[in-house]
Amino acid sequence: MTGHASQFSAVKALGLATGALAAVAFATPAAAQAWQPTKAVTFVIPAGTGGGADQMARFIQGVVTKHNLMPHPMVVINKAGGAGAEGFLDMKASPRDPHKIVITLSNLFTTPLATGTPFSWKDLTPVAMLALDQFILWVNAEKPSKDKPYMTAKEYLDAVKAGADKQFKMGGTGSKQEDQIITVAIERLLGGKKMTYVPFAGGGAVAVQLVGNHVDSTVNNPIEAVSQWKAGSLRPLCLFDDKRSTYTAKVTSTMAWSDIPTCKESGLNVEYLMLRGVFTTGGVTPQQVNFYVELFKKVMATDDWKRFMEEGAFKQTFMVGDAYRKWVETNDKLHYDLMKEAGFLATN
Amino acid sequence: MEELASLLNGFYVVFSPFNFMLMLVGILLGVIIGVLPGLGGANGVAILLPLTFSMSPTSAIIMLSCIYWGALFGGAITSILFNIPGEPWSVATTFDGYPMAQQGKADEALTGAFTSSFVGALVAVVMITFLAPLVAKFALKFGPAEFFAVQFLTFASFIGMGKGSAFKTIASMCLGFALAAVGLDTVTGQLRMTFGITDLLTGFKFLTAVIGLFGIGEILTSMESGLAFSGTHAKLRLNAVLETWKKLPKYWVTSIRSCLVGCWMGVTPGGATPASFMSYGLAKRFSKNGARFGKGEIEGVIAPETAAHAAGTSALLPMLTLGIPGSPTAAVLLGGLLIWGLQPGPLLFVEQKEFVWGLIASMYLGNLVGLVIVLTCVPLFAAILRIPFSIIAPVIMVICAVGAYTINNAMFDVWMMVVFGMVAYAFGKLSYPLPPFVLALVLGDMAESSFRQAMLLSQGSVTIFWSNGLVGTIMTLGVVLLLLPVIGWALGKLRALKPV
Repeated sequence: MTGHASQFSAVKALGLATGALAAVAFATPAAAQAWQPTKAVTFVIPAGTGGGADQMARFIQGVVTKHNLMPHPMVVINKAGGAGAEGFLDMKASPRDPHKIVITLSNLFTTPLATGTPFSWKDLTPVAMLALDQFILWVNAEKPSKDKPYMTAKEYLDAVKAGADKQFKMGGTGSKQEDQIITVAIERLLGGKKMTYVPFAGGGAVAVQLVGNHVDSTVNNPIEAVSQWKAGSLRPLCLFDDKRSTYTAKVTSTMAWSDIPTCKESGLNVEYLMLRGVFTTGGVTPQQVNFYVELFKKVMATDDWKRFMEEGAFKQTFMVGDAYRKWVETNDKLHYDLMKEAGFLATN
Repeated sequence: MEELASLLNGFYVVFSPFNFMLMLVGILLGVIIGVLPGLGGANGVAILLPLTFSMSPTSAIIMLSCIYWGALFGGAITSILFNIPGEPWSVATTFDGYPMAQQGKADEALTGAFTSSFVGALVAVVMITFLAPLVAKFALKFGPAEFFAVQFLTFASFIGMGKGSAFKTIASMCLGFALAAVGLDTVTGQLRMTFGITDLLTGFKFLTAVIGLFGIGEILTSMESGLAFSGTHAKLRLNAVLETWKKLPKYWVTSIRSCLVGCWMGVTPGGATPASFMSYGLAKRFSKNGARFGKGEIEGVIAPETAAHAAGTSALLPMLTLGIPGSPTAAVLLGGLLIWGLQPGPLLFVEQKEFVWGLIASMYLGNLVGLVIVLTCVPLFAAILRIPFSIIAPVIMVICAVGAYTINNAMFDVWMMVVFGMVAYAFGKLSYPLPPFVLALVLGDMAESSFRQAMLLSQGSVTIFWSNGLVGTIMTLGVVLLLLPVIGWALGKLRALKPV
């Protein structure tokens, strides 16, 4: 188990050293007047069934139920409409309701920017960052030919540069969201060549489109493509992070997550991490937030959670309180800049 | 026969008393979930998922998949009795099932529906047992162009099947497309036609529309015709099951065709809903009783039910072998696999033999047990129709409202349901057909995305739809089906011109 060892080691996210702050938050004793839910807690997923956020939320629900961590049940509900706007607006519409929490992905930042839907993370109260999800550049293991496939990111990118404009297709989840943001960032380093970005409904479907050779590459999260990698149909070329993964157990017969080079090492200077965090509604009391912080600490202490983290090669970065708030603030700004540069901002 | 040995081993796993009990509980829960509109298989499985965390993965999947089979069976019951589809894939069952119930043949329609469901599921399971690796490879061939071709074929099999004016059919379908376009456009990431109303962000939900159009619409129409629920005189025939079974074998062509459509749509994964529509459309087109479809023809019940079950069952195959869910329910089951510590994907069949074959064995047994349970209840279900309309109508209204509310816990959906009910009433009065409207609403969004994804891939060239044998064949088939009425009409004209 490498998961345990690295639980609090990988705290550097997007250049923000927060280890000390997180440690302080951990040391805070339970508030004097502890709060507990008095009825079932609704866990909103602002994404469809089967995706990464859905898997994680349902997994948490499972762990909470299995280990009896809460006096009342946790009810998971998908509110995926409008690229997640439905879920966030629902949270915004019920302020000071401590019986509602939401799991977020990057659409917390991208959806209001791209669609002009009126909500922001400031309408919510940050509870905890559970982990950061990474992105990997994947290609079909038998492309361009079975005997001489792309082995490195450089080989693939050279092929893109040598090809016709828009000849290479990048499959991704949704439009004007994280996958397309990464694609635009890659394009900027291609010397004028563009790729054709094809949006699909979910990450699992994207990976399968790549296996079926309908697109040339994807930037799937590890968990979305790991089974195809194990089966030898897909090949990871590089990881969009500043450091290699800390998971050293073999995933395939020859490779571990930690054997995948970073994109920077491969000459593709693009980094992107996605928030897997929890928020509750606006205006709740610190005691109420604290209950959930303690709850998630218990969830993370289970072996189930450690196994889940390793399987999906998540970057384990637990963060609460001011540190978490600051991270979200920085990332909100970052997304605004990224979306603006890419021309994805809503015009209305 | 390595598969047979594994399968027997699977049966051995399933036949423990505990697993067998879970199977029974699962089927019963599933039937209840299927009967309640709005609750749906996916929600039902999601709600009950936590119950299974303390079980072994094999027991858990047996119970959950049995809920799924139960829901597939249950969906047909309300469709036939009250014209309210409990599940999206039972919509096509209402077209002929409900008229049959009105003619006092509810027991016959139910038996036909349950039996053909079983046949569809059985064929799909046999396919999963022996052809899993092969079929999984076939699913990989499906890119956006292929998906669009399949959706096009579904539409094509439906156009021109109405007896009424072709223009009314097209108008009805276009209205469906327009409503399907409301909400987020997945290709550009922009909101469309929401007019700043946040409730419209999610678009028009198919189930709300269906509950309103069929359930409420039907009650409005019945109220007008003098509070007489024409099914009241349903005779209680205890031997109805056997009587109906005698009639079923002669529809073997429809059965086989529907199985093929269903398996294919489940694997690709088009899903059970399009499968049932396509199968109904094709049956109407090619059956010699086609003209009588919609007036209470049992063949019109067999076709969609067989296909829906074949699709619902085979949808588990891409989930197990590729890790992509073929239906929303399969998506929730997929989440379950991860919690039980199983990684769905190409290696599941190799690494988790007991789990996979236990599941497959439970498919055989679960469907058989389900069939026995629902068939025994046929006279009971049919007897519901003997309750006077003045009592049953408010009950239906309440069930519909609860169903619409449950979809998203929003009052907005309940109001939308009422509006859709009135729309259906107006459609009936002006003799506009409802099925094309519903079809466009359920498939419009998917068809549009696939088409535009295909256009992105080909950079705007429509030749992508004839770029390989597979997609070319499906598209050509669709075009031929679409033009068949025109060709028939032209031939008729030509013959009329010739002097006799």
